[in-house]
Amino acid sequence: MRYAFWPGCVSKGACPELYESMVKTSAKLGIELEELYDGNCTGAGVISEHEPELADALNARNFALAQKLGLDLINICSTCQGVQSLAQEKLDRDEAYRAKINAKLAEEGLEYKPGLTIKNFMWLLVEDYGLDKLRGQVTRPLAGLRCGPFYGCYILRPSRILGMAEHPERDQYLERIIEAVGAQPVDYEGKNKCCGFPILTNNRKNSLAQAGTHLAEAQDLGADCLVTPCPLCHLNLDAQQPSAAQVIEKELHLPIIHLPQLIGLALGIDPKELRMDRHVVGTQKVLDKVLAKVGA
Amino acid sequence: MQVHLKVKRYDPEAGDEAPRYSHYSIDVPEYATVLDSLLQVRDYEDGTLALRYSCRSSICGSCALRINGRAYLACKTKALDMMRDGEEIVVEPMGNMPVIKDLVVDMAPFWSKVQQIGPWLQPTGPEPAREFLVSHAAMMDLAKTMNCVWCGACVSDCTVLEVDKSFIAPAALAKAYRFVGDPRDGMSKERLEELSSVAGGIWDCTRCNICVEVCPKDVRPMDRIMQLRELAVEAGITNHTGVRHGDAFARSVRHLGRLDEVRLLPESVGFWNVPRLLGELPGALRMLRAGKLPWSHALLPWRHQIPSIRQVQRLFDSVRRERKGVSR
Ligand code: FES
Repeated sequence: MRYAFWPGCVSKGACPELYESMVKTSAKLGIELEELYDGNCTGAGVISEHEPELADALNARNFALAQKLGLDLINICSTCQGVQSLAQEKLDRDEAYRAKINAKLAEEGLEYKPGLTIKNFMWLLVEDYGLDKLRGQVTRPLAGLRCGPFYGCYILRPSRILGMAEHPERDQYLERIIEAVGAQPVDYEGKNKCCGFPILTNNRKNSLAQAGTHLAEAQDLGADCLVTPCPLCHLNLDAQQPSAAQVIEKELHLPIIHLPQLIGLALGIDPKELRMDRHVVGTQKVLDKVLAKVGA
Repeated sequence: MQVHLKVKRYDPEAGDEAPRYSHYSIDVPEYATVLDSLLQVRDYEDGTLALRYSCRSSICGSCALRINGRAYLACKTKALDMMRDGEEIVVEPMGNMPVIKDLVVDMAPFWSKVQQIGPWLQPTGPEPAREFLVSHAAMMDLAKTMNCVWCGACVSDCTVLEVDKSFIAPAALAKAYRFVGDPRDGMSKERLEELSSVAGGIWDCTRCNICVEVCPKDVRPMDRIMQLRELAVEAGITNHTGVRHGDAFARSVRHLGRLDEVRLLPESVGFWNVPRLLGELPGALRMLRAGKLPWSHALLPWRHQIPSIRQVQRLFDSVRRERKGVSR
């Protein structure tokens, strides 16, 4: 299995542990990653607010880079997925628009042809790799770990552009993956709501109240950690967690695990290699639970 | 077809201290909607169940409620589609609004927000001799928004409203777009100024897309809020963190080909905004300690530029040049 791999800005910036764990976990799963070193930021939905055409051109450039390799494109970020799917929908639907954007890419010798497959790592695991195969690879079942899913808005909505007609259960994949690695999913209302990250600079109080509410809910229901396919959600839920605790006036201590870290733990990879130390909210509680099982 | 319903009940006037759930199993035809099913319950099983409806054909907007945790029009939603493996269909009143009884909510907060945006046309200047002529294209754009039936589904599930009651919320903001975008309105700039500066205005939307997802009329309220943001910037109303954030973001991508997270915050809130920056300091130190503050992007940018950064810059400039040419 070989994919063109768009790591996203955050895994190369504020969440280096996501990048490192993705590299280690994929290697162990036998997934080859052709990283798009020359790819550019998707715009995260921010550039498209003011300059939609620029955002579409930037995304088309990444798509064309993947197509040059002749590979499907994968990402490890709910936001990248949403933004890429939205741009792709516009480009694929409207031939004249696509031609206009392609004219700009032509100067770099690139062209986007409609129909590229773009998948988040979460979708890839269920649809391409298969949960049975994943189960077979688990050497360190995460039995007893109570794990709340946190999807991130853009991988769920708007569903019309996210392949939900073809794959109606994409809104339940995290739970399935959590089960496949032997952990126990915790159901809570906040799992498909908003982490608040997009308004962190604009309206810090609202943003942290959103993060805090979901964290408190999952924690009260007995979750040991949350797992997310989105590094932006990770930042608001992990890096901002102490501030969110102040805003909602509640004590919070809930580690936020990246999806490749969760898989990597179950595959028996050393937590140090998965950079479980690079979290603001310490992950020791999770490791104690997971590693104790093996020793016992 | 057997349908199992789990319905949230609450009647504060009768002295209920907390909500409870009633369970019903009924027999309905396969084509039955959730509203049909609820009416069957009320008419044949339990006359005390309160719900609101009128047209039964998704026109009046009165039957919105939550089914399996998200807002729908009960009359537009088939019971069959809501049964996951024969499980109970969970029916609850809309969120973000006080419950009067069972499935009936008090829409007063909803309407007060609609009033807040001045939902009527405010032309200025001399009246035309005969009529205002509006282009077909302009009207078609507004028609998307005018499809709104005021059902409240978007407000029910709005994630910002859950933490901030001052948020004007999707329905009223979409309605605001309907007037700002109307060529006959003379107060567009004033409206945009108000919507940009007021508490709970256009910059408080998190872009979570829930309103787009639940709207039964495809109004896509969030997209309308984004149009309002774009129009505000075009009208020169730019002294806002949200605008600076967008600018700083694009600048960073043009500079590196990727995001410079460290510069984004000060450039958005403003380097002069010392209290806010000091407030962020503990968070920044926490991130630094955990190895999550990519300071070298800001300090050693040349090490982080993507190889073909010139090509990306050319793309920026060429799209922008063309855009300016068009708007001129
Ligand atoms: S009853 Fe009128 S919209 Fe459902």
